[in-house]
Order: sequence, then structure tokens, then C-alpha cells
Amino acid sequence: MGLFDLFSGLKTFAHGIHPPYHKDTADKPIRRLPFPAQLVLPLDQHIGKPAIPLVKKGQEVVRGEPIAKADGAFSVPLHAPATGRVKGIELMPTPKGPKSDAIVIDVYEGSTQEVLWKQPREMSELSPTEAIQAIQESGMVGLGGAAFPSHLKLTIPEDKNVDTLVINGCECEPYLTCDHRVMLEHPQELMRGIRYAMRATGTTKAIIGVEDNKMDAVEILRDHLPKGGAIKVESVETKYPQGSEKMLIKSVLNREVPAGGLPADVGVVVNNVGTLAGLGRLLPEGEGLIERVITVAGPGIVKPGNYLVPLGTPIRHILEQVGYEGSRTEFILGGPMMGPAVSAMDTPITKGTSGLLVLNEPSIEEESHKIWPCIRCARCVKACPMHLNPSILGQMAAKRKYEEMAEDYHLNDCFECGCCSYVCPSNIPLVQYFRIAKAINREQAA
Amino acid sequence: MSKKPTIELRTSPHAHAGGDVVRIMRNVVYAMLPICAFTIWQFGLSALALLIVVTATCMASERLFNRLSSQPSSLGDWSAAITGILLALTLPPGFPLWMGAVAAFAAVALGKALFGGLGMNAMNPALIGRAFVQAAFPVAITTWTPAFFEGRFTSFVPTTLTPPFLQPPVIGDWVTSVTVDAFSGATPLALQKFEGVQMGTLDMLLGTTAGSAGETSALLILICGLYLAARRMLDWRIPVLVMLGAAVTAGIFFLIDPVKYPDPLFVLLSGGLMLGAWFMASDMVGSPVTPLGVVIYALMIGVLTVIIRLFGGLTEGVMYAILLGNAATPLIDQLTQPRVFGEQRADK
Repeated sequence: MGLFDLFSGLKTFAHGIHPPYHKDTADKPIRRLPFPAQLVLPLDQHIGKPAIPLVKKGQEVVRGEPIAKADGAFSVPLHAPATGRVKGIELMPTPKGPKSDAIVIDVYEGSTQEVLWKQPREMSELSPTEAIQAIQESGMVGLGGAAFPSHLKLTIPEDKNVDTLVINGCECEPYLTCDHRVMLEHPQELMRGIRYAMRATGTTKAIIGVEDNKMDAVEILRDHLPKGGAIKVESVETKYPQGSEKMLIKSVLNREVPAGGLPADVGVVVNNVGTLAGLGRLLPEGEGLIERVITVAGPGIVKPGNYLVPLGTPIRHILEQVGYEGSRTEFILGGPMMGPAVSAMDTPITKGTSGLLVLNEPSIEEESHKIWPCIRCARCVKACPMHLNPSILGQMAAKRKYEEMAEDYHLNDCFECGCCSYVCPSNIPLVQYFRIAKAINREQAA
Repeated sequence: MSKKPTIELRTSPHAHAGGDVVRIMRNVVYAMLPICAFTIWQFGLSALALLIVVTATCMASERLFNRLSSQPSSLGDWSAAITGILLALTLPPGFPLWMGAVAAFAAVALGKALFGGLGMNAMNPALIGRAFVQAAFPVAITTWTPAFFEGRFTSFVPTTLTPPFLQPPVIGDWVTSVTVDAFSGATPLALQKFEGVQMGTLDMLLGTTAGSAGETSALLILICGLYLAARRMLDWRIPVLVMLGAAVTAGIFFLIDPVKYPDPLFVLLSGGLMLGAWFMASDMVGSPVTPLGVVIYALMIGVLTVIIRLFGGLTEGVMYAILLGNAATPLIDQLTQPRVFGEQRADK
């Protein structure tokens, strides 16, 4: 912890970094883009088992209709984001990297694109179990980027006692402002979603954690808090990775999730603001998740902003709408710290995509500096929010001692936030080394 | 959009704090320049020649080892220049130039190239070089020159131009000829240790005393070190804790016997302690990376320096204290792994 943090009294965690935030789109209201001609809907947009298609090639679908069902409890269904005709189920590029099966829909050009499939329900009549089921039926996943099925996250293991729902409104990734806009523009839906989540989890307290670079959102949320004081809004220090579950829990509750454990181990369940605002909107209507807000930004974007797009929209379509420039460009899905770069313009926006960044020459140059030997400056050690020792881990990775990294140096506690690579003066791609090491260890274990 | 742009693919993070090894190294060089200027003003041509010869030899040796190992030139990272300047600053200003070149070659060859270059060296290369000539040329390395002697900008100290492989001449007569007041040819440390004479605090602070080229002005070193610390290119904890360790240890002995032992302030300001603490102990490569390790390492150097000074045969202990600290670093790192977030140590 820096000297400054000690005296500021701000709620925060130790270590972390302060990258330039570039929140230039914070004042851009959420707008809808025209529908694309084609949607690509991978069946594995969430973590868990892929959904099972319910439609066949050539079949007509209406906006909102389920087109794939959940494969058991560890899966979520998929709904048609637009009225159109199923072109087929094809192997398509995804943000995750490898191609995977996706339902491709040719969108009807003349359609008004109204949501034609919904099953309104009275939420107050549902039991917690029924509420969890309703959440699964909505196809909701963590919209902050993890895409973990929300019904699983809100299901508290029987041996755990959870008292607090923490709502993550940090949005600590540079550039991204979609959660910020949702808090500003849809506070009622968010409050409704928080109530549903509290009922489903049986929690009596809820804390919304918002970084203090979004004080306008803090004020609007405070204005919309229900009476009774069960829900609180807490401003936390603007610091990356404040929006990581474990860091946010430490910041707002001063509880430390045990290494290898879950938030439920310290009585907490965490959800993202976008996710809960989504539930607040979808559940009473009985609709499925068919669109999401993304931030389109970066130096290469002509018209940056926050856009509401149907799931499955190829990034090519978005870039044609907003315009981009640069002879060397890099397309990133999500934020610059953790988002993957993609090569295919057909890659669709999926449930977990929070942003589309386009970087061009100057920032690409900045990324491609020469790699020097580690000079043991310990900046990574001081940056790692998990208090690991990336310096030693990096040296071991170079020697391919992957198992030792996991056994002796807590490799598996790394959640790949990228702080170590960000601060490294030798430009060593530390976090990439760790991703590879983890992947190899996983493969060896399998 | 008419032209097809190239799509580049890189792994996250797609942002970087900026600044790199070269910038850190360059700033270390900048921070040492005022000290170099001061030593030239103080000791004249001899100090200038020593700085040039030693630094140039370090860089030439670095290039030679690059060639021998078929590596691209690593002169661009400035680390060889730092080694050279630091080494020159630790030598007596009238040190024979050929011996300086030997020290420089030993520093790079034994201290750095042998281990695999930048980042791999276990100990500070400059100090390895100095330790080498300390053993090889015990007389020359303890032959001191008075500060601000007459004619220092027009002529060399007689020892400077000693022909290669010959021992330097005895310069007692020369010293008396260029100094107004009687100069005993001793540094403040030697005066205190062997003759019981204590140099004035102000003299040591400002650097009007005899000593190694770059160690005499404690104040100047402090300012230059603070510049680096303020730019976050040096961990301020290390020099501060080295000084603390030295001051406390010296304080204990001073309280036991104020006549026999020097006071803590003298210990801090004399000899190479300042230069060692700010520019050598703080060398990132040889110091631990863990927060607790840094504390142990720095205190250890401070304590050892005083112990060697008070009880060893040598007047100065900073060099060996830092080398010992460097040697202990891997062990310290191993034993002080940080507690991982959420780790339950009791479970272990």
C-alpha cells in the first residue's frame, strides 16, 4: 500500500496500477446501431456446457424466441436477437480464439424488430428457486466479461452462508464506459435487479461499489436507493483491477477471499451492474438476453460511443457504422488490460463482450518495444494485486518449470489482470507466460 | 477504409506504463554526472582521465564479450556505462590509469559477462572490479590525493600516468609540494581509525576531504540519489535502511565507548557509505525483490559496513558489505516470499 492510500481514507485494496483511463465515452448516451444483415451466435458464449440448438437450417425465428436450450444446470439458453431466417449452424470465429459452432441468422431487412416472444411474470410470487430458474431461462451471464452463468453465481452452495450481495460498478478497465452509462441511464432497472438477486440469494445487505471517477453515477444511484438502507452505494478508489471480485470485496467489506476459494467463503456474492440491470429489465417481461451495451472506443474509432447491439453482431458491421482509421490496427474485444485481440472481422459480439477497442499506430508502437532481460526491479511484485512474485514466476516460466510455479509460487492464484506486464520496464510479457504455464499445467492434469 | 489495413494481433495487456530499462539506466547515468563533475573540479585532470579510461574500458569489454558470445551489442542499455562510472568513482583519484583499465575489465568480465550479462549478475559488477584491484594493487588503492591541490587542472597526479604493469611512484614529496597545510595522505576514515583524529562534519558533507573520486561529498550524493528516488528509478527504502542500519550499529558502539568509537553521524558521512547506499546497494539486479527481503538486505549491509570498519583490518567496509548483501540476496528472496492474497499460512 502506498503512503497516499494510507491517508486518503478511500476504500481500496493493496497494490494495483493506475493506467490512463481514457474514459472519453462516459458522456456518450447509449444509442442503438442499425441491425446487421447477419448475426453469428456461438453456442458457447458462456462458461460451462454449450447450449443445444433448437432450430434448423432455413427455419424462421422471431426476435426474442429461444433458439438453443441449456444443456443441464451448467449452461444457459440462447435467444434470437432478431427476426429472420436461420442460415445454418456453422463453425465461426469467436472472441475466445478457436472457431466454434454458431447459429447464423439472416436478418429480415424489412422487419420492425419488435420483441415478439415474451412470457411476463409477477416476480414477487416467485420462490428463490423459481427465481433462479427464471434467471437461467433468461440466458443471463456475467456481462462484465467473465460470462459466467448468472443463475449459478446466484445459487449459494448449501454449506455456505452468504450475507452480502456486492454489486460491481467499478469498470476499472480503461476506455470502457458501458456500465457507467447503464448506472446513469437505468438506475431503476438496476435496483430492481438487485432486489431479485437479493431474494434469490437470501442476502439482506447489498453494496454497490463504484470507482470514484464516476461520482455522477454514485449520486444517481444514491437518489434511487430504496428506503430501509438494505442497499448502500460505496465509492472506491479508481485503481486497476478494482473490479476484480476479490479486490472489490476487500475494498468494500475488508474481507479476504481465501486463495483458491470463492466469494461465498467469506459470505459474499458478487454481480456486475450491467448483469443486474439486465435481470431487472428481462425477468418481469420473461424475455431472454438478446442484446447488450458495448463501449466502442480507442484512438482508431471515428465515432466512439456506447452502443446497444444485438448479440451476434459481427465487429465488421459495428466498425462500418462508427468508422475506423489506421493502416495498422488492432481490434480488441473488452478492455485493453484483459481483452483479447481478434483477427477476424466476422467475430461476433457475444454475451461477455463489454467493448470493442480499435488501437492504431501510436498505441501499437507503444506495445511493441524490445524485450530486455529482467533487472529484478520488483515493480511487478509491487503491482500484483494477488501479492504474487511475478519476477520469480517469469524466470521459472522461461525455464519451463511450470509445475513448480503452481506448487511453490501460487501460479493458480493469478487471475491474469496484466498489471505485471503493464509495469515491466523490460517489457517481459509476464502475464502471457503465466497463461501459457497454466494452460500447459491444465493439459498435463487432464 | 479504401485501403486494407493490417490487423495486428498481440496478447493483452494492450497498454504499458511506458518507460523501459534504457530509461532507468540513462537516468542513473544522469544522476551520477553531478558527482563526476564535482570530482573533476576537486581532483582535476587525473579524475577526468580515470573516469574516461575506466568507463571506456568497461564499454569496450562489454562489446568484446557480446562479440565472443555472438550476441547483439548491449551497449545501448547503458548498464556498462553505469558500471564504468560507478567503478571510477570508487577508486582513488590518482589511481594509475592502467590499473583502472584492469579493474574495468575485471568488473565486466568477472562481474557481469561471466554470469550472462545484464540482469544475471549476482553481484554489483563495479564492486567486483574494485574488489579485484583491492586485492591486486593494495598500495595503489590506498594512496590518496589531497582535494583541491594546486595545478590540478594543468597536470596529473604523478601516479596517474604510471606505465602499464609497473607500480606507481611514491608521491609523498609531491603531496607536500602541492598542499598548503600538511596533508597526511589519509582519508577521514583512516584518520579516525589509526590516528584518532575526527574530520569535521561540514568538510565531509561538502566533500573537501581526501577519498575515492566520487565518495567525498555526502551531500551531493544524497541529492543525486534523491533525484533517482523521486523519479521512482531507485527504491528509497534501500539507502535509507542501509544508513539506518549503519547509524544504529555505530550508535550502540558510540554509547559504549565514545572515545574509541566514532559517532553515528561520522559513520554516515565518511567513506563510501553514501555512494554505496544510494548507488550500489540500491542496484536492482543484486537486491531482493520481496518487500521484507529489501528491509533485511539493506539493514544487513548497514550493520556489516560498521562491523567491518570497526573491527576489520580495512578502514572501509561498504564494498564487502554490499557484496555480501548481494550474495545473500537469492537466499533472502527465497525466505521472504510475500504472503499471497487470501493465503492461509496456518494451513501449511
